[in-house]
Amino acid sequence: MAENIRVLVAKPGLDGHDRGAKVVAAALRDAGMEVIYTGLRQTPEMIVEAAVQEDVDVVALSILSGAHMTIFPRVMELLRERGVHHMLLTGGGIIPKSDADELAGIGVGELFGPGTSTRDIVTYINEEVGRRRVADEI
Amino acid sequence: MKLLDRFLAGDRTALSRVITLLENDRDRRSAMLDVLYPRSGKARRIGITGPPGSGKSTLTDRLTARLRKSGRTVGIIAVDPTSPFTGGALLGDRLRMQGSWDDPQVFMRSQADRSHTGGLSEATPYAMTALDAFGKDVIIVETVGVGQSTLDVTDVSDTTVVLLTPESGDSVQAMKAGMMEIADVLVVNKSDREGADQFASELKMIVDMGRWEEGWKPPVLTASARDDTGIDDVYERLDAHGDYLADAGRLQTRRLRQGRSAIEKALGELWQGRLTVLQDAGDAMDRLSERVAQRELSPLAAAREMMDKMAD
Repeated sequence: MAENIRVLVAKPGLDGHDRGAKVVAAALRDAGMEVIYTGLRQTPEMIVEAAVQEDVDVVALSILSGAHMTIFPRVMELLRERGVHHMLLTGGGIIPKSDADELAGIGVGELFGPGTSTRDIVTYINEEVGRRRVADEI
Repeated sequence: MKLLDRFLAGDRTALSRVITLLENDRDRRSAMLDVLYPRSGKARRIGITGPPGSGKSTLTDRLTARLRKSGRTVGIIAVDPTSPFTGGALLGDRLRMQGSWDDPQVFMRSQADRSHTGGLSEATPYAMTALDAFGKDVIIVETVGVGQSTLDVTDVSDTTVVLLTPESGDSVQAMKAGMMEIADVLVVNKSDREGADQFASELKMIVDMGRWEEGWKPPVLTASARDDTGIDDVYERLDAHGDYLADAGRLQTRRLRQGRSAIEKALGELWQGRLTVLQDAGDAMDRLSERVAQRELSPLAAAREMMDKMAD
């Protein structure tokens, strides 16, 4: 298992419902991760700026507004623009399987629906981060 | 391009990576600092400390806006506690520091203290060195919410702001050693709340009775970071303290003291590293713990034995 995993948990969009994001943030913290919680109403630009400054391993977005087909691709595009390729972009919300498949095609990780056990999310993140970490040449 | 070359070319993503490696990679930390440390030392360093919930993040956000208005670039390190049980941490300071999110001249990093005591993480001074070497004009370091004896912040800042609220306790609490003595500027935040002015006058009285360096009596200010009132005053006094330090070699004196304490901390870190290697390599620690538990050996004698082993 990778050490000191850092995760950005953010809630894009305008709806004020962040209970799910908070539950996931707390579960990841209790699994030994460092969770940066940025709260509500985050734009893709804000999310990517925070992800870069915090150098997180994972960007986890909670999207309930139905805007996932706009937000995930935009965040992915901005990450690439910043030259970031190793970060795992994942999230949760009410996301149809066909949409999730399409997003997987552009490099978005697994997306978790309502009722997912937080343990599954923890396991998934641990494995993915272990696989994705890159060694920098200084 | 290698990481440090990108860093030196002003790449912010590289700055962020460098901070991560300084935190995680104990083996290469020293080699990186060899490059960074000689390039640091120019930034003005401001520490902000105070009890949990006193408004440190919000104050940092407001001060950052003013520093930017004056044309200065800003680096921020905000430290939150790590759970000693799980090793996890919830870093929430960014939540209240979104005033300058789209300003490329502001770089903000959250750090978990990774169970380091003193209100900062072991790597906080190193992260500050990185921001400094990157060319930030001002570095603000925000400690974990602290009580009376977590005072490492003075080892890394030129000016220390102690933030309190009207609820921070009566004046007797404030008279206890620690917080009051490290303050260069005292701020009673949440000044809209009842008792703020009275608390501020009590604090003033304590400052009057206490000892302070000649030429600088720590001012006691009231502010409401949330409502953005009283912040100009804080900002001006911070600048005034900067001028005070610039005079008569005072900054050099502080930096000398900080250098000494940094060496002491690094020594501890090196010992700790050796200890970890030793623990991994053998069962010496197990054996000694058993003898200590059996009261055959005092912890101090056991530590001495470990130290002899490490010296080999």
